[in-house]
Amino acid sequence: MAVPLLYAALSGFKTTDELSRNPVGLPESWVTSNYTGILGSGDFWRLIGNSTLIAVGTTVLVVAVSALSAFSFARFAFRGREVLFTLFTMGLMFPFAVAALPLFLLLRSLGLLDNPLGVILPQAAFGLPMTIIILRGFFRQIPGELEEAATLDGCSSFGFFWRVLLPMARPALGTVSVLAVVTSWNNFFLPLLVFTDAQWWTLPLGVQQFQGQYSAEYAKVFAYLVLAMVPTLAFYSVAERQLVGGLTAGATKG
Amino acid sequence: MTSTFLPDKRTGRDAGPPPPATDPTRGRARRRALNWLTAAGFQLPALVLFMGLVLLPMLFALYAAFFRWGGFGMPSDYIGGENFTRLFQDDVFLGDLWRCLVLVVLSLVIQLPFALAMAVLLNQRMRGRAVYRMLFFAPYVLSEAITGILFGMIFAPDDGFADQVLGKVGLDGLGGQWFADPSTVMATLFLVMMWKYFGFHMMLYLAGLQAVPRELTEAALIDGAGPWQRFRNVTLPLLAPTLRISVFLSVIGSIQLFDLVWVTTAGGPDHHSETMAVTMFQYGFKRYQVGYASAISVVMFAISLVFALAYQRFVLRRDLEGATTTMRGDAK
Repeated sequence: MAVPLLYAALSGFKTTDELSRNPVGLPESWVTSNYTGILGSGDFWRLIGNSTLIAVGTTVLVVAVSALSAFSFARFAFRGREVLFTLFTMGLMFPFAVAALPLFLLLRSLGLLDNPLGVILPQAAFGLPMTIIILRGFFRQIPGELEEAATLDGCSSFGFFWRVLLPMARPALGTVSVLAVVTSWNNFFLPLLVFTDAQWWTLPLGVQQFQGQYSAEYAKVFAYLVLAMVPTLAFYSVAERQLVGGLTAGATKG
Repeated sequence: MTSTFLPDKRTGRDAGPPPPATDPTRGRARRRALNWLTAAGFQLPALVLFMGLVLLPMLFALYAAFFRWGGFGMPSDYIGGENFTRLFQDDVFLGDLWRCLVLVVLSLVIQLPFALAMAVLLNQRMRGRAVYRMLFFAPYVLSEAITGILFGMIFAPDDGFADQVLGKVGLDGLGGQWFADPSTVMATLFLVMMWKYFGFHMMLYLAGLQAVPRELTEAALIDGAGPWQRFRNVTLPLLAPTLRISVFLSVIGSIQLFDLVWVTTAGGPDHHSETMAVTMFQYGFKRYQVGYASAISVVMFAISLVFALAYQRFVLRRDLEGATTTMRGDAK
């Protein structure tokens, strides 16, 4: 499992010349210029910055909007609730690829191409079903007596939501945020459609472009790939529990 | 993920606070209206976002599929079902359907059993369990694009890691063109998919296994059941709901596959690894046959929907009223 990753990491320390002679073993002499060269260029950091901006924007938006909606689903009995909820959950079955084309046309007519919002808004929209479902599950577990108490103390529904429910649901919010960050960070298709201007490219796009440009310099490309993986793997090692919890909850909870 | 679009049987029991018991007649109607407005207010942002950027585009794809249209201005050249008839005479698209089926079958027959075996293995108390779990799951968090490029280089003909290693151990004959040969490209692609996704299914199963009460397997042990019998008759039935969901996700994933294919082969050589999403992308964004590409989108959606509904109707339904509940009841 780890072999491809280790292989890439080691290869990054070799020269392309050495790679063809000695593909498997440790580098003869550890060449760091592949890595430092990439880290020293502004391009790589701009990709990281763009990916971060878009991931954070998507996460804030999708979590905020989903929390409101999930709160309403979990706590209010209103007419049309089940229809609406079914509509959202149907969204889980919509392959993004189906909507890609008309979405692109819509974004074009709204002037959102080559604009980070052109990625953030659709990502948030497609993330809604999953986030709402997970949050609704958590919100339901918070006892109703708390709400009665808050209401008696003069809390409005929004006040209860803001001052009582959200702080209590912090672990759940963490879980859905981690999911949203990872999904956004790894998204390739949507940024591919929206960003033609290299200035806005995200990490996966940058990697693809780099590979195309330096396809003969294997060692360099490996170094680039490894550096591109580092943020994801670092984030994963920190947030592993939340991520796995979120995925399994999302996959099994109703 | 899937059981969630079932209609909710618990409706109404968990509604908000009971209305204060004053003014029973006129006030109630007003309060209900107020309640509805508040609830709707909370739903509004999500609804706008979802309608505007998910549903509207989907509906528009359905509309555009009936036109010959290059993607500029509004579609005007109505051609009825012509895009669809063309689709089902298109060898590439028929090939897409076939390849999708191949990937689904390979996943179900190889990937999921393998994931299950690993999950059962890792569910034992053993040294370094946490490390293995992290290791197996790590590929799942990597971007498909980055994974694809990495394996594109590993499986590069001649210079790639795979060929070099095979050469070193004297198995040159086994190496070859990998992604570049029509006869091996799908197998190579599946290998990469397996590397990337099996950890996800394994994690699902591990979560499911945690929920299997230890007393049950212990009871079976006391009754003299061997390891296989315990697995077959106790663990597997209890894990069934998780398995059904993992199968569902795996199938839906195969229908939608794009990123991995796009960065490794872009559908080549000569369409031999093309998926529906890749074909759609080619027509919609490269050749500007947007109407035709929309028809592909619609068929993709129809396949996902029919599969999802049928699966929900015939398979997932058992989770609500079937074996698992009675088994848990018996255990008590």
